[in-house]
Amino acid sequence: MTAISPTSPEQLPAAPRQAFWRSFKIAAWLGWQIESNWADPFLFAIYSLIKPLASAAILVVMYSVITQADFESPVFSYIFLGNAFYTYVGAVMTGLSWAIIDDREHYKTLKYMYIAPINVPIYLAGRGVAKFLVASISVLITILFGVAFLRLRINLLEVDWLLFLVALLLGVLMLATMGLLLAGLNLLIAHHYGAWGEAVAGALYLFSGAIFPLEVLPVWLRPVGFAMPVTYWLELLRRALVGSVAQAFPTLSALSNLQLLGILAGLTVVFGLASIFAFRWCEHRARERGMIDMVTNY
Amino acid sequence: MANNSFAFDGGVRVKKNSGWRLFFQTVIARAYPRLIGQQREKSWMFFDIFLPMLGVSAYVFVYRALNAPEDYIGFVVVGGAMTAFWMNVLWSMSSQLYWEKEQGNLALYIMSPNSMMAVLLGMALGGMVATTLRALVIMLLGTFLFHVQYAVVSFWQLLAVFLLAMTALYGMGMMAASFYLLLSREAWHISSLATEPVFLVSGFYFPIKSFSFWVAAAASIIPLTFGLDAMRQLVFPSGASLGFLSVPVEIGGLVVLCIVFLVGARYLLAYMERLAIREGRLTESRR
Repeated sequence: MTAISPTSPEQLPAAPRQAFWRSFKIAAWLGWQIESNWADPFLFAIYSLIKPLASAAILVVMYSVITQADFESPVFSYIFLGNAFYTYVGAVMTGLSWAIIDDREHYKTLKYMYIAPINVPIYLAGRGVAKFLVASISVLITILFGVAFLRLRINLLEVDWLLFLVALLLGVLMLATMGLLLAGLNLLIAHHYGAWGEAVAGALYLFSGAIFPLEVLPVWLRPVGFAMPVTYWLELLRRALVGSVAQAFPTLSALSNLQLLGILAGLTVVFGLASIFAFRWCEHRARERGMIDMVTNY
Repeated sequence: MANNSFAFDGGVRVKKNSGWRLFFQTVIARAYPRLIGQQREKSWMFFDIFLPMLGVSAYVFVYRALNAPEDYIGFVVVGGAMTAFWMNVLWSMSSQLYWEKEQGNLALYIMSPNSMMAVLLGMALGGMVATTLRALVIMLLGTFLFHVQYAVVSFWQLLAVFLLAMTALYGMGMMAASFYLLLSREAWHISSLATEPVFLVSGFYFPIKSFSFWVAAAASIIPLTFGLDAMRQLVFPSGASLGFLSVPVEIGGLVVLCIVFLVGARYLLAYMERLAIREGRLTESRR
């Protein structure tokens, strides 16, 4: 029998890139199982679609009551698309941060994640993948519903696909970094962990001009909206899909697509760096205080 | 039947209630933590008020962006305040027995010599009082921030509508709670699913009359549909013209819903409890 020497390849840890990829892939698979295996696929599909469609329908009814169903107006495209893409905010950001709570409080496995040879932030990003996929399907169905039944004017030949894809990817990255920041906070808090995620998502819904132009906000609140990367992200997505919307609202009309992309990229880098440092700091504090394996039953 | 009995506990003669005395004792005992818990964990109040206010503000600004009549701002504020009750019924009534199961308390409830109906009633009363406070704060804040004007037509009718809507709503919650006895992981998802669709069909942010008659009539199975519609008719100048049915008819509908849900809760709870015991669902924890 051949003994394996302490330095044999079988015992060496995986290269960092491999470890990253492995953590991400397994976490994505695990996230998908947790998200979906409580019901059969048909029921899960209905569940995943009803919530975003109902949320969009509330706005559609509100809009049609006041405007006598004037769906041709750019205001409708603004509201409908902003609300549809906002689905990603809740899904990616809270999906990623909620993994901490799920693993620590519900499955009681967070401590095992910390003693396993994985990269925790990458693992958390992987856990967000399932929610991202479900959100993507919801966004697609919501927009298709708008096009089919509400005369939402999206001409596939006029869509700026490059801008759309770049903005979408950058936005998802930005939301993931915000989710990491929340995940760090979740490591340190015992109470209200669910409420913090909802509060941030709710505040972004209000301040980022997702469903109304920022001019409607009181003047003193508008700077909050301009500081949020989600504001620029949603504007870019709207411009990519229905360029006419950009001219209808003065909020960001002075900025070109490239300038908006630059601002979004800059804010993503800032939020990304802040999130990584904040997560590392929170993680260190959580280890110091013995909070990694805490179960609060809260 | 005697309402109290005596037992010896460590040589001391202890008076123990039974019958209706035990029933009310249980109601008070279960309502107590709901009321006291709120005082001990005041930070919950912040989130319970702050989160709905974010949603209310967003919908108010949508109406402002559309130059909607001012009454619609009031509709959103009242609807937003009433979301507190729906969320309470969903997460702290319907799902409660699922939480209790997760924490291992459910079996203790079933084993103890009291009525589960009393436990649910206590939960409902405690939750209702605590949530009324939150809803009031949301309404006051919304009124103050968005300058909502009210014109109350009949205070007594308004009070009757509110009390009937709450009775029917919490009766519905009690009925749903018995259904949750059989659920496990899916309980969370079902509660989550019953949020936006109910806000939509019950007209939390717009008059229910916007739907066709039959859609609105079907949505009236949820007590807040009639409750909100009647309240709006009674407190806003344009409410009556945007009402689904007349207020007396909606009051009649709420009375029917109260009876159906409370009686239904009584029978469904007994049935579900038997079923859950037979299928061994009371102590399971499928994560």
